[in-house]
Amino acid sequence: MYGNAYIDPNEKPKSIIDGEDPIKLAEFEARIARGEKIEPKDWMPREYRKQLIRMIEQHAHSEIIGALPEGTWITRAPGFKRKLALMAKVQDEVGHAQLLYSAAETLGKSREAMINDLITGKSKYSNVFNYPAFTWADACVIAWLIDAGAIINQVANAKGSYGPYCRALDRICTEESFHLKYGHDNVVTLATGTPTQRKMVQEALNRWWPPIMHFFGPSDKISNHTEILMRWKVKMATNDDMRQQFLNMYVPKIWDLGLTVPDANLKKNEETGKWEYTEPDWDEFKRVINGDGPCNAERLAVRRNAEERGRWVREALNTAQSKYVVPLA
Amino acid sequence: MIKSLDPRVTREQIELDNQIAPLQELDQWETYEVFHQKKRGDQHMHVGIVHAPNPEMALLFGKEQYGRRGITANIWVVKTANVFASEYEDQDIFETVPEKQYREAGGYKVMEKINKYKKEQKS
Repeated sequence: MYGNAYIDPNEKPKSIIDGEDPIKLAEFEARIARGEKIEPKDWMPREYRKQLIRMIEQHAHSEIIGALPEGTWITRAPGFKRKLALMAKVQDEVGHAQLLYSAAETLGKSREAMINDLITGKSKYSNVFNYPAFTWADACVIAWLIDAGAIINQVANAKGSYGPYCRALDRICTEESFHLKYGHDNVVTLATGTPTQRKMVQEALNRWWPPIMHFFGPSDKISNHTEILMRWKVKMATNDDMRQQFLNMYVPKIWDLGLTVPDANLKKNEETGKWEYTEPDWDEFKRVINGDGPCNAERLAVRRNAEERGRWVREALNTAQSKYVVPLA
Repeated sequence: MIKSLDPRVTREQIELDNQIAPLQELDQWETYEVFHQKKRGDQHMHVGIVHAPNPEMALLFGKEQYGRRGITANIWVVKTANVFASEYEDQDIFETVPEKQYREAGGYKVMEKINKYKKEQKS
């Protein structure tokens, strides 16, 4: 479950292809233009490698951390079937992280280095998971709308240029189709239920709307940098395009249930075909993604705890030299 | 101590500032390539990798990672280090003559010859 790579707007986009071999660069770009995939041992520009590592790594971390707010509700999911489904979904998300870490590893960053960068707070992950899932309805809204957003991003990126990432995403997208249907089913159950259930799901939607609008990231600056990343098929659509696609697909479905979206300015401009909305609070987005959100510290502490308390298991497996021998007498 | 919305987290009694030593190289072990056979009679297909300390654990992780959804008949794991592969930059080793009809079934038009022969016999 992942929106879009967070690229620090202060990072200097200069000299992105400086010093690259022009012949190799031309061959590389021609291969991508022909629709061929790039494989791990192929020549690639430094910036291509760097941006892909950052993007796939952030995606992997998002799957791991995303399992935490949802996992919160496993023990209290209403009914056996929903417990089973939520456990399966959370297990899938962790499995997706494994696939994505593998894809990032092919670019030369070890899994240990990625985990270290996550637990020290150096690497980012999807900002939405720094918010808490207060009620069961929050978990339902996450499973429906955050997964919906993630699928939009992942389907786009699956058509990208880097072979291992595309293969991981194909598998992930297949699995996530169940998540989306499961989430929708949960939200529909609450929205068509008792007045208390309706109130619960409306309140959860109100809480999650700002993070959902943040999900795809701020508008891309139309820069040389973005243009090159799109030509290299690292970035497949602008953040605004993905946000529009999301609104177009899901706002009608939300309204269909008689739920409201907490933004009085949200409407589709019939002339342009684009959705108009109140500009999300990007200062809050920046503040939260840089560590000061309601759950950042807890998420990383829980992740470090898992690493630390699981260490003895890994060590025991490492030294599993002793073999059972039948007693002599 | 974290007071979480998640009772499981609260029970764990976790300090917020629980700094830990960084993971060392190979903490997550080396990798195995996983080959998955959907049903008897199918080819095993490469599906991805797992990190594991030994082949038995690789098989277990492979089962969880690639066999938990859908159906599976069989799984193989092979240590990545033991795979000997060609290089994409040597792709020209696969180039042969551009015209290969001589090794295709469609390259042999016997009916044309037979029909021509029959026609000649009749006349």
